[in-house]
Amino acid sequence: MRNYIVVRRLATQPKLANAPKRKWKSVVGLEVHAQIASVSKLFSGSGTAFGAPLNTGVAYFDASIPGTLPVLNRKCVESGIKTALALGCRVNEVSMFDRKHYFYADLPNGYQITQQRAALANNGLMTFPVITPGKKVYYKSVNLLQLQLEQDSGKSLHDDYLKRSLVDLNRAGLPLMELVFAPDLETGEEAASLVKELMLILRRLQTCSCKMEEGALRVDANISIHQEGDPLGVRTEVKNIGSVRSISQAISYEINRQLELVADGGVVTNETRNWDAENRRTVAMRDKEVLQDYRFMPEPNLPPLHLNLKPGCRSTKELISVAELSEQIPELPEHTRQRLMEHYKLNAETAIILVNEPVLLEHFVNISKSLAGVPTKVITNFLINDLLTYCNKLNLDVDDCAISAEALKDVLQALHAEQINLQAARQLIQLLHNNPSQTVSQLVTENNLQQICDLASIEAYCQQAIANQPKAVQQYQKGKSKALFAIVGEVAKLSAQKANMKLAVECLEKLLKKQQ
Amino acid sequence: MRRHLQLSIKQLTAGYINGQLSPLQVAEQALEDAVKLKTLNALVRATPELARQQAQESTERYTKQQPIGELDGITVAIKDNFCTANVHTTCASRMLQDFVPPYDATMSARLREAGAVLVGKTNMDQFAMGAGTVDSIYGPTKNIWSEDLASQDNWRIAGGSSGGSASAVAAGLCYAAIGSDTGGSTRNPASYCGVVGLKPTYGLCSRHGLIPLVNSMDVPGILTRSVSDCVQVLNAVAGPDPLDSTSVQRPYKKLQLPEVDQIDLSSLRIGIPKEYHCDELSAEVLETWTKVADLLETAGAKVRQVSLPNTAASIFVYTILNQCEVASNMARYDGIEYGHRAADERSTEQLYAQSRAEGFNQVVKTRILTGNFLLLRKNYDHYFEKALRVRRLIAEDFAKVFETQQEADKVDILLTPTTLSDAPVYKDFITLSNRDQCAVQDFCTQPANMAGIPAVSIPVRLSKAGLPLSLQLMSNSFNEQLLLTVARWIEAEVSFDSLQSLQRHAI
Repeated sequence: MRNYIVVRRLATQPKLANAPKRKWKSVVGLEVHAQIASVSKLFSGSGTAFGAPLNTGVAYFDASIPGTLPVLNRKCVESGIKTALALGCRVNEVSMFDRKHYFYADLPNGYQITQQRAALANNGLMTFPVITPGKKVYYKSVNLLQLQLEQDSGKSLHDDYLKRSLVDLNRAGLPLMELVFAPDLETGEEAASLVKELMLILRRLQTCSCKMEEGALRVDANISIHQEGDPLGVRTEVKNIGSVRSISQAISYEINRQLELVADGGVVTNETRNWDAENRRTVAMRDKEVLQDYRFMPEPNLPPLHLNLKPGCRSTKELISVAELSEQIPELPEHTRQRLMEHYKLNAETAIILVNEPVLLEHFVNISKSLAGVPTKVITNFLINDLLTYCNKLNLDVDDCAISAEALKDVLQALHAEQINLQAARQLIQLLHNNPSQTVSQLVTENNLQQICDLASIEAYCQQAIANQPKAVQQYQKGKSKALFAIVGEVAKLSAQKANMKLAVECLEKLLKKQQ
Repeated sequence: MRRHLQLSIKQLTAGYINGQLSPLQVAEQALEDAVKLKTLNALVRATPELARQQAQESTERYTKQQPIGELDGITVAIKDNFCTANVHTTCASRMLQDFVPPYDATMSARLREAGAVLVGKTNMDQFAMGAGTVDSIYGPTKNIWSEDLASQDNWRIAGGSSGGSASAVAAGLCYAAIGSDTGGSTRNPASYCGVVGLKPTYGLCSRHGLIPLVNSMDVPGILTRSVSDCVQVLNAVAGPDPLDSTSVQRPYKKLQLPEVDQIDLSSLRIGIPKEYHCDELSAEVLETWTKVADLLETAGAKVRQVSLPNTAASIFVYTILNQCEVASNMARYDGIEYGHRAADERSTEQLYAQSRAEGFNQVVKTRILTGNFLLLRKNYDHYFEKALRVRRLIAEDFAKVFETQQEADKVDILLTPTTLSDAPVYKDFITLSNRDQCAVQDFCTQPANMAGIPAVSIPVRLSKAGLPLSLQLMSNSFNEQLLLTVARWIEAEVSFDSLQSLQRHAI
């Protein structure tokens, strides 16, 4: 019997080798450091203004002057709790602070105060839409393992020419929330979508400015690949990702790099890599990090942080009530999407785009309130297809587009009343952007954008168009109905895009029928 | 000897009020004496200009009959590990030899606000690591009770690490001194120098501005020549401090001790913990211990033996926790923001290494290395975590005797030795390593730091060699009122003369 098995195994071996290759899977986990929007630092009274003159926002504690002690900033705790609640976390009744030791010139104490053993909150869940160009939108859920409070380090500035390092401690001690997500993601787009959603939530909570360009939100990605059915592969950590767009680029790059490496017979090593945004690639950090032992130790100068978890309780001077903070949580993005879909009957894609662009959402809500007769579809089409496209073309943030909601409302009203046509409406976006002081009606008059609606003029344009497009007329009359577009286009051209196209089509159909 | 030194703080301020004495005169005499007694090496830095200015201001206030506090015009000294604004604070180390803090520790600030006159900063073991005040870059501090102050190395140590503070108070350079107490650093030198040394409950006095040794055990200590002076100082410095999150937030109620003849010991229960009767205990200290126990019993107190079974483990736990926190607390000394910076700037790492190598003594370096080893991920549970657990057991030992539901087993006060003998001779003391000395010296004192409870050392009598022998009282947390009341009763009963050494030396 035993022999038989051996024989069987030998016999099947070649077959296994020939079996179709298993699929490669990529696994992505994110760690996000979000700077808590606050007036003062996490453990000291110094200010937090970005871009303040070097080393001016530094309390004695931030510079580790001997004898100074940390005093926990209550506002930062409250912001941490609100964020944790918005992300569905279990907020812990007791959390603690720890010291994480390492030597670095911009870490004045020689340790960072963080929460390692007992964090502020655990076990959250984020569900968010993933938008991949050319693919259908889908929802993804990611577990949030931990949300902890910790202090930021200072900044080292290296002067290679003079061979010296300078230290700016303005950032030292700024409050951070570190969010550790489970490796539940697969692609760069999913990661970018997660961060996008997180930014929407944090901005609504006003717990973080989310300005990645100021370092207020920093994303590190852990990336690995493995074959289906195998345990997770060796991961690399990608740091220095400076924008939402870079998140998806950096991760996609790194996944492909690992796939190609393995395909060439290489092995992925556990290393930290930097995202080089200019050359769009990840680069291994020069000085390879030796395995650090941070020698964690409880922070003896801060008593455990106790919170009141009882429902219905109020905060006191000594104890923060989580229930009270939960009442202050505003509507979250996903709730807004659902509301848009239910109340305005928008489709999912439209709702997602509006929520992603808070300014568009505000315009939409205002306009649809004041122009009850205009179909929502017209409004969303105009905002998304015309306004947003215009901004994207100019590489302009919608927030920075100077067109007021009032002006947009006037444009849509004129469009709906058929005083202008869609072409004119599009033209008006540009005109309004360049002449923010002028009203819509002024611009319409000055630029002669009124739609031509009188039937006699329309008919004159149509007859001229028919005369100019004999070929199209012939095709149309042979039954090729699409040829009508060419004639309609001619009318538009003849009328300098001003003819009412609905009337023009009716007129053309009537005239062409007569000719037959 | 200055005759006014025999006054209590209360009597001295009364003298200021009625104009018989002036703060300026008292301060000038203290400064003079500090020079005369330079051989003691009690002060690492006298602050004559500041003292004169503060004394002048105080004198003017008394002239206007507007003193600002109960310590107005009282000369004080502060251990050199408490920050004093614009006055060097060195921790007796090369690392901080040139460090001038930009701010006052809460202790320093409260003394200042109470009108005290700072005569100087006192000597200590480097970063408070030691029990002899022999490991200071400024040299060792001598005990004024020494038979021979002039000899090379045959004089008595002051104890430590707050030896400078104890020596200064014993020598009459000031009425009170601030020390720090992590494992006995206030009580140990108080015991050897024949003065009162109080370690308050952890959290009663702010640690803000105290350069830390072991944050979870450090407390500011108070050294005076009498229990009532100690209360005066405690009342000025104790109480909540928003700058120290571990300070107790409830408002401090000033202590008021009853007059000695009003103290009733009949309902008092005194515990004698048997574990404190260790092998190294000298016959004279044992005799003193028995004598005071008898005194209390005779006065009506119920004295009985109790057990604190985990006492023997305390010194090991203390060693581990101490070294771990030291390793962490010392990490900030890299020569970047302040402190000693070596000349080697080849690389940041090189700069750190060289600055730290030059700035710390062997004791500090050994504790840093050991502490970092104990904190390694693979060792943490074995040492630090385990030490924390045993620390809780030690604290529970105290809770059991102070808080037990069995009324019959309960005690109010524990009576123990402070040190195991009278003050050692310098040359004998330094034959043992710093580590071995701490294990012996702190035996009776550091369990109180583990539990955070208050303890006071009071001098009782002289040994055959003519040196002070002291005992320690401990009570439950925040029961300083009872602790010091009993201390005051014993003080009156034994009438120890703290200034006797001054007469002996005809100073």
